[in-house]
Amino acid sequence: MQTSFTPAQLSDPHVAESEKILRRCVHCGFCTATCPTYVTLGNELDSPRGRIYLIKDMLENDRPADREVVTHIDRCLSCLACTTTCPSGVDYMHLIDHARVHIEQTYRRPLADRLIRSLLAAVLPYPARFRAALALARVARPLAPLLRRAAPLAPLAAMLDLAPRHAAKRPERAVPPDSALTRGRVILLEGCAQPTLDPGINAATVRLLTRFGVAIATPKGEGCCGALVHHMGREQQALAFARRNIDVWMREIDAGGIDAILITASGCGTTIKDYGHMLRLDPLYAEKAAKISALAQDITEYLATLHLEALPKRDLVVAYHSACSLQHGQKITALPKLLLKTAGFTVRDPAEGHLCCGSAGTYNILQPDISATLRRRKVKNIEATKPDVIAAGNIGCLTQIASATAIPIVHTVELLDWAYGGPKPLKLNS
Amino acid sequence: MSQPIAFLPPRADVLSQRERIIADLGRLLPDGGLVHEARELVPFETDAYVAYRQLPLAVALPRTTQEVSAVLDYCNRNGVPVVPRGAGTSLCGGAIPQPDAVVLGLSRMSAILEVDLENRVARVQAGVTNLSISETVGPEGFFYAPDPSSQLACTIGGNIGMNSGGAHCLKYGVTTNNLLGVTMVLMDGTIITLGGSHLDSAGYDLLGLVCGSEGQLGVVTEATVRILAKAEGARPVLFGFATSHEAGACVADVIGAGIIPVAIEFMDKQAIEICEAFAKAGYPLHVGALLIIEVEGSEAEMEAMLAAIVAIARRHGVMTVRESQSATEAALIWKGRKSAFGATGRIADYICMDGTVPLGKLSHVLQRTEEICTGLGLRVANVFHAGDGNMHPLILFDANDPAEAAKAEAAGNEILKVCVEAGGCLTGEHGVGIEKRDLMRFQFSQADLDQQMAVRYAFDAGWLLNPSKVFPLEGRPAA
Repeated sequence: MQTSFTPAQLSDPHVAESEKILRRCVHCGFCTATCPTYVTLGNELDSPRGRIYLIKDMLENDRPADREVVTHIDRCLSCLACTTTCPSGVDYMHLIDHARVHIEQTYRRPLADRLIRSLLAAVLPYPARFRAALALARVARPLAPLLRRAAPLAPLAAMLDLAPRHAAKRPERAVPPDSALTRGRVILLEGCAQPTLDPGINAATVRLLTRFGVAIATPKGEGCCGALVHHMGREQQALAFARRNIDVWMREIDAGGIDAILITASGCGTTIKDYGHMLRLDPLYAEKAAKISALAQDITEYLATLHLEALPKRDLVVAYHSACSLQHGQKITALPKLLLKTAGFTVRDPAEGHLCCGSAGTYNILQPDISATLRRRKVKNIEATKPDVIAAGNIGCLTQIASATAIPIVHTVELLDWAYGGPKPLKLNS
Repeated sequence: MSQPIAFLPPRADVLSQRERIIADLGRLLPDGGLVHEARELVPFETDAYVAYRQLPLAVALPRTTQEVSAVLDYCNRNGVPVVPRGAGTSLCGGAIPQPDAVVLGLSRMSAILEVDLENRVARVQAGVTNLSISETVGPEGFFYAPDPSSQLACTIGGNIGMNSGGAHCLKYGVTTNNLLGVTMVLMDGTIITLGGSHLDSAGYDLLGLVCGSEGQLGVVTEATVRILAKAEGARPVLFGFATSHEAGACVADVIGAGIIPVAIEFMDKQAIEICEAFAKAGYPLHVGALLIIEVEGSEAEMEAMLAAIVAIARRHGVMTVRESQSATEAALIWKGRKSAFGATGRIADYICMDGTVPLGKLSHVLQRTEEICTGLGLRVANVFHAGDGNMHPLILFDANDPAEAAKAEAAGNEILKVCVEAGGCLTGEHGVGIEKRDLMRFQFSQADLDQQMAVRYAFDAGWLLNPSKVFPLEGRPAA
């Protein structure tokens, strides 16, 4: 596609990168077909191609973001289905990232929107604050219908709806001594929202890995990966999170013997794999960030390298929900299903598997209507496969889907842990 | 060098009434159905023929046939031009608007209304994507045959407007052969139905007239299409040749021998490299030209047809013959082919031609295409429906270099003239749109054009529907 930027504009490396991305787009329109918001709203402006055009127009004209552009960029889930579809290889992810930063820097949101975003950015990435907020939400739940009636406060209602009804129990973590674990040594991202919402996931991961002889380093001082604020365009906050984790992990790596950095929430994984890009212009961190990104792996990628033994078939049908951050962000599609099948489960693919469930980080809070429509569609497709259990690899999807179905939903790794000798996931007992 | 293609001058009376028109249309389309903010109109300024761009006056996104009728009636009474739009995937600028026109987008009318397997028909809204029909009836063993490469995104409404084809049309025919009926709104808002749910209807075959009329006779809001039972099996086979000449000659001989496979697709070296980079389908990279020939039927039928084709291919020195070994591999082979145009975006901007030539002239036209492009210092990739001679040279250029863009357009015009001189035509399946409008005189006499325009006039006397397209601006009847 033709672009018109001046040399002065292109001297900004962010604009230069976006220009390169825009030049790849040939406006063929394939991306519209697999975009959840275009499929839902039927408006070019809410499609990847429409957004690419809006961004192009805004950047070419050096314009601050305005209400119209922000409306349509905000509706993007960043599910990246478009990048899977795009034959031209348009790097939509980094284009929309740039647009979000531009919006954050040049646009003043209405008061309620500002407050809610600040609240999310100040609470979600911090486990202690998030736990306190969830406790508060359990008390405040009866207020949800009231909040829903005032449009600017609808996100608060959505938050209350999503908060789990009971505080998660912290399971025991018996880690054998390192001396028994010689097959490998990995860092496991503790994470922020996930251990608060569902500590069972990383507990299952630890059990599974140690059972197969993998040692787990637990470097002190690690925090949120930065994905939540990154997708809100709060770049400095996101980069600060990234640098902090890089420092912590590099110390561990320099001490020797780390094979991989494992992530059990694929939304986080997509961001950590992008640290190298996010910090490419930071002379102090560029190289370290690239190293971290190269070491980052989704838990299923690492498990595949362990060549787990095939187990006899068991009588349990699993609907595998492919999180967008796994299938589109990290292009991991067959691997988790293969692991489940090898472990003896019958795995089914719901129809329209490429469509987002509407979770998308804070999207289900900030865009509750579109999110709820996508959730209904997703749950309908999943339930049509008549599964005994749903498995997915991202905490956002797990929470989103759980809020709309009676079928138990667990992390892929919890089923694998169970199959290879761990306890049955608690959610399957009820 | 050719002049840029002109649009009709905008109607001053419409432009001066913009605010009122927007207010009125807004009332007809509650629920966010009218886009009119300056910023929001920009993404509608073009379709997949990005060489030309024009902002519309507004964009209407109706949800029902009644809303379409109300918008058209209003525009008719107020002399406002209307440009219908499906998914905006036209390669000839069929959906490019103009400053005094309302874009009428059917993207919010995307429901599959009825599937009647017993009678093998499906009734759908015009904004349904082509592929979603096959996806809906696929699990029951049926499919909708015309399969434009953009079938993932393009809509049935747009397919009807352009009488779209596709790889599998060699055996199953193009849109017009698979369309049974439509609900259409005329420019004055009248809602009519044409055809029905059977192969032939009483009275004039106006359906045939509407199919391929490029949004100039009315706006189709619903369509009834044939769905067909899938063959027992299907297998795409790759045939690699040293040169395009040999591959082209092989195609002519296969068809000449009375063999009609489901599809015969052609890719030259440049196209093979582009598609392989995207789809990793296992196309042979050491050959100069590739044919994807798909056979279908029972195992015995496929074997027999394949044997006959292989024998002919050997006479033309085929270098490699490789059958797809699995459904996954077959899907990849088609994914690569169908993504060819978009995948070309990885290496350059392009314009895509759509001439159709007699099969015996394939090699000649390919050679002339190469000469024309290299003569202008341009690269060209060829990927097309060889079985029915429907060529798609992709002329590669740099859109940020105005001189090269002009050269590309000039090369395109020359190539299409070569197609017509070879006894072919300007457009096989993409339509005339804005792109080939001024070349229509190479194909048709003034008397031919007058007759077509008389038909158009009978439907839309005010010449309001997609007015800048199809017919050269000079020599039109006074509206």
